[in-house]
Amino acid sequence: MMFRMPVALLGRATINFITQLGSMAVFAVDVVIASLKPPLRARQFLDEIYKLGVLSIVIICICGLAVGMVLGLQGYNTLVRFGAEEALGAVVGLSLVRELGPVLTALLATGRAGSATTAEIGTMAATEQLDGLRMMSVDPIDYVVQPKALAMIIVMPLLGAMFTTCGIFGGYIVGVSLMGIDPGTYLTAMESSIDFSNDIAGSLLKTAIFGVIVGLIATYRGYTSEPTSLGVSRATTSTVVTASVAVLLFDYVITALWGI
Amino acid sequence: MRVAYRPLSAPADTRDAHVAFDDVDMAYGGRPVFKSLSCSFPRGRICVVLGGSGSGKSTMLRLIGGLVRPQRGRVLVDGEDVARMRDRALYRVRRKLGMMFQHGALLDSMSVYENVAFPLREQGTLSEHEVEARVRSSLHAVGLDSIADLKPGELSGGMVKRVALARALMREPVIVLADEAFSGLDPVSIKLIEALLVRINHEFGMTMILVSHHIPSTLRMAHEVVLVLPDEVIQGSPADLLASGDERVIRFLNENVDDPGTVLGRMNEFETEVAPESQTTTQK
Repeated sequence: MMFRMPVALLGRATINFITQLGSMAVFAVDVVIASLKPPLRARQFLDEIYKLGVLSIVIICICGLAVGMVLGLQGYNTLVRFGAEEALGAVVGLSLVRELGPVLTALLATGRAGSATTAEIGTMAATEQLDGLRMMSVDPIDYVVQPKALAMIIVMPLLGAMFTTCGIFGGYIVGVSLMGIDPGTYLTAMESSIDFSNDIAGSLLKTAIFGVIVGLIATYRGYTSEPTSLGVSRATTSTVVTASVAVLLFDYVITALWGI
Repeated sequence: MRVAYRPLSAPADTRDAHVAFDDVDMAYGGRPVFKSLSCSFPRGRICVVLGGSGSGKSTMLRLIGGLVRPQRGRVLVDGEDVARMRDRALYRVRRKLGMMFQHGALLDSMSVYENVAFPLREQGTLSEHEVEARVRSSLHAVGLDSIADLKPGELSGGMVKRVALARALMREPVIVLADEAFSGLDPVSIKLIEALLVRINHEFGMTMILVSHHIPSTLRMAHEVVLVLPDEVIQGSPADLLASGDERVIRFLNENVDDPGTVLGRMNEFETEVAPESQTTTQK
């Protein structure tokens, strides 16, 4: 009797998790079908690119710069102990391109754009706007969800590239301007250690996968949120938590499987 | 108070059921809303659904629109059962429907003009010039030509309802569904929307199914009233309803109208027509 309760709870949680996963898979298929079918929602798509991408540029650049500067400072202080400070460019570049750029961009995009996406769709559900679309024979997945999910997939690699570029610039400021490393040494070390196909293309692929994850979770949570203010609030929180955890878990899986 | 209209009786050949509930069971997450609900809404008539809060009036509209599915029974819209219909087929049936939601359900990212134009643009059969002409004319009809550029958040409750009505009518539906069309409105807005609905029904012969708490409007404009009680649905003409000896009907009217006798007097005064063959029916 003592053990039955936790086992029952575990079983219920597992069934609930699998049900959610299945429901999300069906939702993902619906989004893919909607994006392949006409009409092309170009205006909605461009609007979402602006909302999710352009409006995130400032925060992404500031955070990228800050991370690059910290990385430059920490890297220099560590490398100088071994007399290897000329390798700072390689350390900053590889760290940002392969790992920190994609992951931190995805986490920042989850907090800013993902939560906004969930809140917007959830509010539309709560105010019957999604039902209004259905009654006008317009599929909300096609009109509302699909442009947001696609935009997230497109903007994530671009934001990731901006984050990494700003980070490299931040590392350059600290390493070259503050610590006195030769600019040529910093850039040459970076150039010789970063491979385009393995590192840069891999980084873009990684951020695109994170874009799929964040886009799918954010739109799904909004679409299935309870049509109340509390429901929208819960869905938004759930998006940030679930997407952040999923990004970190998938980061490990992608790195372990493909080495990027 | 004087009503400047007079509802017309529909011709006898259009009095077949346009929308019908046939033995419908409906529950939300185990909480039953209806059990064996059966009632019908005649073609071309203004039918008002009355009932207490939480009695399932709005659910009836959502069932007609296929937005929720019943656990059992049929929901017939123009002869087609929407209760078991696939989504693609539902979108086809919904082209016959225009729905005015309780809070408007206007797309808040769009202006009033864009909201009203939206159904036509999505339909894609008219040029932008034709769409503009239709939207301007529609906004003029609801008395809102001057606010076309405002966003829904900048409108009053009455304006939102009128924009929602204009949008619901843009695709020239054969059935208009209106959820609480008069709630939260001032008397002038109520009269305006009431007159609009009656005029549209009179001119275009659309079937109208309205959910309302506003008994005076209901009794003035309705051809048929469906009263949703906890265990029963009572259907008949407004005069039938007022003449009913059923104590639950009397209690409902007493609770919701200051003086039902006065309302009936006004109905007679304004020569509101009541179909003679309409009879009070009770379905368990």
